[in-house]
Amino acid sequence: MSKQDVCDLPGIVARWQHDSANLVQILRDIQESCGTIPSDTLDQLAKLLGVPRVRIEATASFYAFFHAESHGAYEVLFSDNIVDHMAGKEDLKQYFCERLWLEPKKLSEDGLVYVDDTADIGLADQAPAMLVNGLAIASLDKARLDLVAELIRAKKPLDEWPPMLFEIPDHVRKAGPLTGEAFVPGAALRAMIARGTEATLAEVEAANLRGRGGAGFKTATKWASCRKAEGTAHYVVCNADEGEPGTFKDRVLLASHADLVFEGMTACARVIGAKQGFLYLRGEYRNLLERLKSVLAGRREAGLLGQNILGEAGFDFDIEIHLGAGAYICGEESALIESLEGKPGKPRNRPPFPDRCGYRNQPTVVNNVETFACAARIVERGGAWFAAIGTPQSTGTKLVSISGDCQRPGVYEYPFGVAVQQILIDCGAEDAHAVQVSGPSGTCISFREFDRRIAFEDLATAGAFMVFSRRRDMFEVARNFTHFFAHESCGFCTPCRVGTSLLKHTMDKLAAGKGSAYDMNEMKKIMHVLRGTAHCGLGHTAANPVVHTMEKFPDAYERRLKRLDFEPAFDLDGALATARLITGRDDEWAHIADEP
Amino acid sequence: MSQTKTFSLDGRTIPFEEGETIMEAAAAAGVYIPHLCHHPEFKPHGSCKLCTVNIGGRLGAACTNRAAEGMQVESETEAINADRLALTQMLFVEGNHICPSCEKSGNCQLQAVAYHLGMLTPHFTHFYPSRDVDASHPDVLLERNRCILCELCVRASRDVDGKNVFGIGGRGIKARLIVNSASGRLADTDLSVTDRAAEVCPTGAIIRKRHGFTVPIGHRLYDRRDIAEAPVAGMEGPKRG
Repeated sequence: MSKQDVCDLPGIVARWQHDSANLVQILRDIQESCGTIPSDTLDQLAKLLGVPRVRIEATASFYAFFHAESHGAYEVLFSDNIVDHMAGKEDLKQYFCERLWLEPKKLSEDGLVYVDDTADIGLADQAPAMLVNGLAIASLDKARLDLVAELIRAKKPLDEWPPMLFEIPDHVRKAGPLTGEAFVPGAALRAMIARGTEATLAEVEAANLRGRGGAGFKTATKWASCRKAEGTAHYVVCNADEGEPGTFKDRVLLASHADLVFEGMTACARVIGAKQGFLYLRGEYRNLLERLKSVLAGRREAGLLGQNILGEAGFDFDIEIHLGAGAYICGEESALIESLEGKPGKPRNRPPFPDRCGYRNQPTVVNNVETFACAARIVERGGAWFAAIGTPQSTGTKLVSISGDCQRPGVYEYPFGVAVQQILIDCGAEDAHAVQVSGPSGTCISFREFDRRIAFEDLATAGAFMVFSRRRDMFEVARNFTHFFAHESCGFCTPCRVGTSLLKHTMDKLAAGKGSAYDMNEMKKIMHVLRGTAHCGLGHTAANPVVHTMEKFPDAYERRLKRLDFEPAFDLDGALATARLITGRDDEWAHIADEP
Repeated sequence: MSQTKTFSLDGRTIPFEEGETIMEAAAAAGVYIPHLCHHPEFKPHGSCKLCTVNIGGRLGAACTNRAAEGMQVESETEAINADRLALTQMLFVEGNHICPSCEKSGNCQLQAVAYHLGMLTPHFTHFYPSRDVDASHPDVLLERNRCILCELCVRASRDVDGKNVFGIGGRGIKARLIVNSASGRLADTDLSVTDRAAEVCPTGAIIRKRHGFTVPIGHRLYDRRDIAEAPVAGMEGPKRG
């Protein structure tokens, strides 16, 4: 991870088979070894890959972790979820900047270090957290930041930093079949071979397994449809782009139960007839890469991946890991496929869905990490075993990532159907006032609804569970989320590209004490346009945090309204800021006072 | 060939051929559905979302959804046109569209759609973004302030001209039209004024130099007729039905 001045471009391109479909991976390797992706590199890449420069620039400028300007020898990015803020992120960031004599978003004068924010990095249970040159450091406090500042000032290479800085405990507080019971690698595949492929698909069907990414589509239906679809090749893709703020359960599954996940993918490959699989790992989980690669190597050695798996002639399958580069939208399956193909992560027009037309326009199954882990257990133990857990419509267990105002944040594995109230008791959240279920794109529930249950038929969730106590300002929670969506909108469709920014501006206007009831109505109107016309789920749900909190915590908004009718967005005094800067004046006469 | 399949659009029976989108079938029957990123000669894109229609209770873009037998589609409803108006206003405020000083005024589809939808004000707060103007090319001006990111130039250059002159860089509200040169200048690309990409822009973002006022304002396409009657210059009226 040490940054060199010379970048071995031909070597990197060769490592990725001179294939422009691997462009995101090529750019990642350049960024990681050189610290930047300079403009002339794009020209060289265009020549080496034989694609127009404009396409390379389109991809290079889309992802948050790619940049043309230097971020110094150490790039420090603070996770910016509301939970990080609640744990003191802003003060700690300021403290850190002061220790190193620098300003955020500005390379230090000696070219050594750069500090900025980044979207939630999947460590909400250990907030505040940050990435240093892409590697996660959790549970930040002043002592840890002092140490990091020392190491940076001493210009120590990252691989010589104390390993304890990078330790990330799992925090599994309530274990279950996925997180708490031993799994013998190969157990599911052996059961599958004994049972037969058709019968295995029937077990997944009988289990009534539904996708854990949040949408809840039936896994067996997806597999069966992909199996039937015609193509020159079939692909299995594991969606490990766990970007929903407040979610981190996939990180734990991959860190400690990767065999279960890979085994689920291999079983799926057998069902649909795929030879190639991908694990699309979010860039923020870079620290898991080596560990996952060694699990894959171990599986190849044990005959669980590669040619003739477990001695079965023609059972050939292998898995390649692709890393993301800072784009929440790549959690949407068709955007993820675009990213796998080296393009900006913009969702495709659907139909056709990936089961018929996915990676390289071939039939592709895209499932969440947890879905594959469940599938492996079902293949091992049978569908009836799984269907007996949870509720009839939502079978099995669900991993819940708990963070925020509670005594025991971490991963909890519950049978579906568990009541919010029960979860709150278990995690020690006595003072809970609101819970953001399934992250910003999910549902905000108030204390009046704590009898609701985690299940597809009530509160569907991808796993996030952020707890807010009575002393939290739910307006600020929603405002943080509107900033998140505006930052993460891919910009493809008009409603989301413009609407998310309009929402952000309006929430900032309210925060500045310049809002009125008119602005609240405007936000409802924007929500209507987003829900109806946006291109994908990001846009459809981007206004949820505002609408839900407005409905359930109206006081948080009303006390910010300056007037009940209308307040112009134009800020007369703010417009003079440039003039003040130029003239160097900041006295009373250089300001226009607000009317009383 | 038998031509019996039909669907209903605002109560009107629209015939279609297998594989046609709602937009294509409607256009063939002479029914206008507001749009900006759609162009009959290019692959459907589906980004502007102006052509959103209600397809049997679900909203979707008419330009990317295929017509199906017996489908019930609603387009000219008060609610849908309100959404279309809001989307058009969003496009106005995210860029810098100053119609009175724009050479394209009267031939601009953004302006024409705004008139068609009865837009009287931009409604939302202007973003006033700072965007580059590129006058480097001898024959073509690139005025990014007027770009609505419809990608018609991207598609035309790639699919018709075989050149890849244009692309979209950045993300979200920072998305921007980029060109295929290391300098970032249009002059350093192989764009020619005779390229399809040089004349396909629905707004004044890509315009031919020295031709801005050959037809006086007041006598231009959409000065004379509503965009519903002339959705694309040179392609007026129904082609079927």
